[in-house]
Amino acid sequence: MPKRKPKSDAEMTWRDLEIGAIVTEPGNASRYKTGDWRSQRPTYDFKKCIKCALCQIFCPEGCIFPNDDGNFEADMYYCKGCGICARECPTGVITMVEEEE
Amino acid sequence: MADRVGIEVSVALGDAVSQANVDVVAAYPITPQTHIVEHLAELVANGELDAAYIPVESEHSAMSACLGSAAAGARTFTATAGQGLELMHEVLYVASSMRLPVVMAVANRALSSPLSVWGDHSDVMAVRDTGWIQIFTENGQEVVDQVFCAFRIAEDNKVLLPVMIHLDGFHLSHVIEPITFPEQSKVDKFLPTNKYPLPLHPDKPVTMGDFAPPAIYPEAKWAQEVNLRASKETILKCWQEFANIFGHKYQPVESYKAEKAKTLLLTMGSFSETAMTAIDKMRGEGKDVGLVRLRLWRPFPFDELRQAVAGAETLIVVDRALSFGGPGGPVCSEVKAALYGEAKKPKIVSFVAGIGGRDISVDDFESIVNKGMTISEKGSPNEYEMFGVRE
Repeated sequence: MPKRKPKSDAEMTWRDLEIGAIVTEPGNASRYKTGDWRSQRPTYDFKKCIKCALCQIFCPEGCIFPNDDGNFEADMYYCKGCGICARECPTGVITMVEEEE
Repeated sequence: MADRVGIEVSVALGDAVSQANVDVVAAYPITPQTHIVEHLAELVANGELDAAYIPVESEHSAMSACLGSAAAGARTFTATAGQGLELMHEVLYVASSMRLPVVMAVANRALSSPLSVWGDHSDVMAVRDTGWIQIFTENGQEVVDQVFCAFRIAEDNKVLLPVMIHLDGFHLSHVIEPITFPEQSKVDKFLPTNKYPLPLHPDKPVTMGDFAPPAIYPEAKWAQEVNLRASKETILKCWQEFANIFGHKYQPVESYKAEKAKTLLLTMGSFSETAMTAIDKMRGEGKDVGLVRLRLWRPFPFDELRQAVAGAETLIVVDRALSFGGPGGPVCSEVKAALYGEAKKPKIVSFVAGIGGRDISVDDFESIVNKGMTISEKGSPNEYEMFGVRE
């Protein structure tokens, strides 16, 4: 199979696809930016964070990790803005706001 | 020269699959396919065939198991009929779209209701657009021959598509015929080991059947279409090589006494042999009639069909399936579409006959030809006729 530089979906022609549109590069789904699905984003008041990690456990995208201060924060490349973290946070750290704000 | 034996066609088919050294058979029994998979199960259980036989719980599962097997690079076979083919419908698209070389025999059967276990092409027509290569057979020898060809075509790395071998339920599946089996050494040479290029393997992981947003889906489908159309070249090469080694010649469109005939009959499947006898009879009576038979149903042999009917004044197409509320028999619709752009084309008359296992005899074909000629003389009809239905 021909070695090629990864092209975006919009750049690929039918000739660039592997047989059966099979994906031969393991793990390349991590390049898929789900963050642009978002219409709301989380904002944080980290003074309230007790570092319980409930938001990380509930996040369906698996994109919440502790930042340098140990507070839990979503990776915005993947965060779809579902708001589950805000709903589950027991101390009210997270507030969802419209993406445009 | 290999032995010629009297054998039931379904059993012969199973023996041919065994000779093709299949690795995996996943199947669910359904009339009139049952004897095919029963025989294969027996061969595996007796230790005569070194293969995995997966007795699944439905046809949907049968085809799904075949996907996994073919994706792992195993030579994979299944068989079904009628309702069973309908139940595996959605998975058929996955097999062709993921380019998995599964081979399936379909003992063509009518669809419910009323319940009918007998033969017609309703099941085929419902899976016409699933992206499989589809080959029709007319007798037991052709069924056996096409098993070897089907694996070779499917697994060819230029093709990598699933192949259906169609044999009419009962009319072909359950008859005992004299069949010549090729010598094993010749089969082994004709049919090299399956080398699927991107098999599922932990050392080199791949993702099959992943998700495609609108930005890439049309490209994926066009690649599939280009590939299916291009497969005809490999099919022709395979059949030529098969003829060189085994002496039986196959073509996408086959003619019988059709050269320069003013009136042509067009058929597909086992009743083509009855039609040949009818042609002999009518020729004997001085009628200028010939026969054209479709062997390759997908990819549709446009050029070969146009060539085969060029010069005819009337073309009478006999379908073995109904297209409810549609333009007539499905084969006839496609034949009409294939000829529409031709400057000179025959008048085309559509008949639907022999559905649900109703026998179509030599005399019936003669009546169809006579009726067709009368309809053609009156003009070019848009309607079709359901032959032999009691008023």
